[in-house]
Amino acid sequence: MIEWTGAIVQGVLLGGLYALFAAGLSLIFGVMRLVNIAHGDLIILAAYMGLTTTVMLGVHPFLALLIVMPLMAGLGYALQRGVLNQTLGDDILPPLLVTFGLSVIIQNALLEFYTADPRKLPGGAVETASLDLGGITVGVLPLLTFGIAVAVIAGLQFVFYRTSLGRGFRAVSDNQDIAQLMGLNKAHVFGLAMALALAVVAIAGILLGMRTSFDPAIGGGRLIFGFEAVIIGGLGNLWGTLAGGVILGVAQTLGAKIDPGYQILAGHIAFLIVLAVRPNGLFPRVEH
Amino acid sequence: MTALLSISGLQKSFGAVVVADATSFDVSEGEAVGIIGPNGAGKTSLFNLITGTLKADGGRIGFGGADVTTNSAAARCKAGIARSFQIPQPFGGMTVFENALVGATQGAGLSGHEAEAHALSVLEETGLLAKANARAGTLTLLERKRLELTRALSAKPKLLLLDEIAGGLTDAECHSLIDTIRGIHARGTTIIWIEHVVHALLAVVERLIVIDFGKKIAEGEPKAIMESAEVKEIYLGVDPDA
Repeated sequence: MIEWTGAIVQGVLLGGLYALFAAGLSLIFGVMRLVNIAHGDLIILAAYMGLTTTVMLGVHPFLALLIVMPLMAGLGYALQRGVLNQTLGDDILPPLLVTFGLSVIIQNALLEFYTADPRKLPGGAVETASLDLGGITVGVLPLLTFGIAVAVIAGLQFVFYRTSLGRGFRAVSDNQDIAQLMGLNKAHVFGLAMALALAVVAIAGILLGMRTSFDPAIGGGRLIFGFEAVIIGGLGNLWGTLAGGVILGVAQTLGAKIDPGYQILAGHIAFLIVLAVRPNGLFPRVEH
Repeated sequence: MTALLSISGLQKSFGAVVVADATSFDVSEGEAVGIIGPNGAGKTSLFNLITGTLKADGGRIGFGGADVTTNSAAARCKAGIARSFQIPQPFGGMTVFENALVGATQGAGLSGHEAEAHALSVLEETGLLAKANARAGTLTLLERKRLELTRALSAKPKLLLLDEIAGGLTDAECHSLIDTIRGIHARGTTIIWIEHVVHALLAVVERLIVIDFGKKIAEGEPKAIMESAEVKEIYLGVDPDA
């Protein structure tokens, strides 16, 4: 019994990481109806940027965030204004194709620079530290990851509903034409949204890199987990995205408990069940 | 008085449909001007050209002494042009107060308490204060029309463009709206108002412009314009020669 409880707790904590994968995806889709196929590869890119920073400066991956986050945010703004804004319009196909192309480019660039060898961020003692919670042993790093995920979601929620930047996001999301007539520069607001999303991607990438080894090809899988968390939780609901990540994480660890080969499959099955029963997700945002 | 808005030789067509044909007129600071014309005459397109939603094919739009012909819609809003829409288009997922705050922070460039104070004062003026925390998507038609006005005013416009704001309202609702608009005008805001509800228009404006097929066909003192042969022909189908 305690083993199963343990698996559930591990799953919940793993869900925090998935929620971090998903938060940026959810934000971008919410603000500009852009489905970013390159999202997973951007997570891996952030992990490699973290690797280079830790190796070159000899700092802990958490400190590397101070460099990787602004870099990713800047990249996001430039990417949005330079490329992605041109693809947005009534047709949803161009942004899909362009971000797919971007995904291929990032993967191959990473392959060129870093080779296909699996790498890992050296987290040091925090990687192996654990706490004993009444018979269940919990890793400090997963616990920290979950805490960061909650903090990030709460932070995004605050930005969205309590700041003028967030009002700008919501106004543009609600009606782009009117928002422009109200003095909002759509291209700039979209740029800021992508910058914020990629800052979250930087956090997700660093935490991923400390947790497991990564190579240039695994971005696609992270994208799928992110998508599944967003859709399970319900589009447009950030706390729902966290719940979606947790459900996906728990399904995976329980699957792995039955048979290690079932881990990924169990997650997909949980996703399919939610999609069949509640196509709008479990907690869709109430709309007008 | 100096011209706040100066339009000269404005040209715009969609294929063969001409919505602005060498349109020229000036609006002085503090003036209230009405625009009438049959459906499809190009009235709303004219507003879209002034606010920058549509780009002009030719001609010049001057605002506050500067040429804004090629400026973006957002830049024109910041410069002081704001409009309400015939079909209310609030940010439906946001509260009434937040709708006003968007204009106050982005359009008027205010921040923090100043923005909130301005948004509240606009809501008070337009009579929506009691609905400040309601979601914009839940409002009634009159409230939505008032929200259109609120949204436009929240950007602190020098020039307020009203597009058929009285349409679809009952007489009583219309009267209270006219009082509100008069108040706004009395504070010195320049107004251009497109309206089919002529008595509402005549209660406020000092000058009328008549547009048909994108062309300005008459301009002048409201009473005289309404009595003129061109207007009678357009609106009543009366042949001026009969």
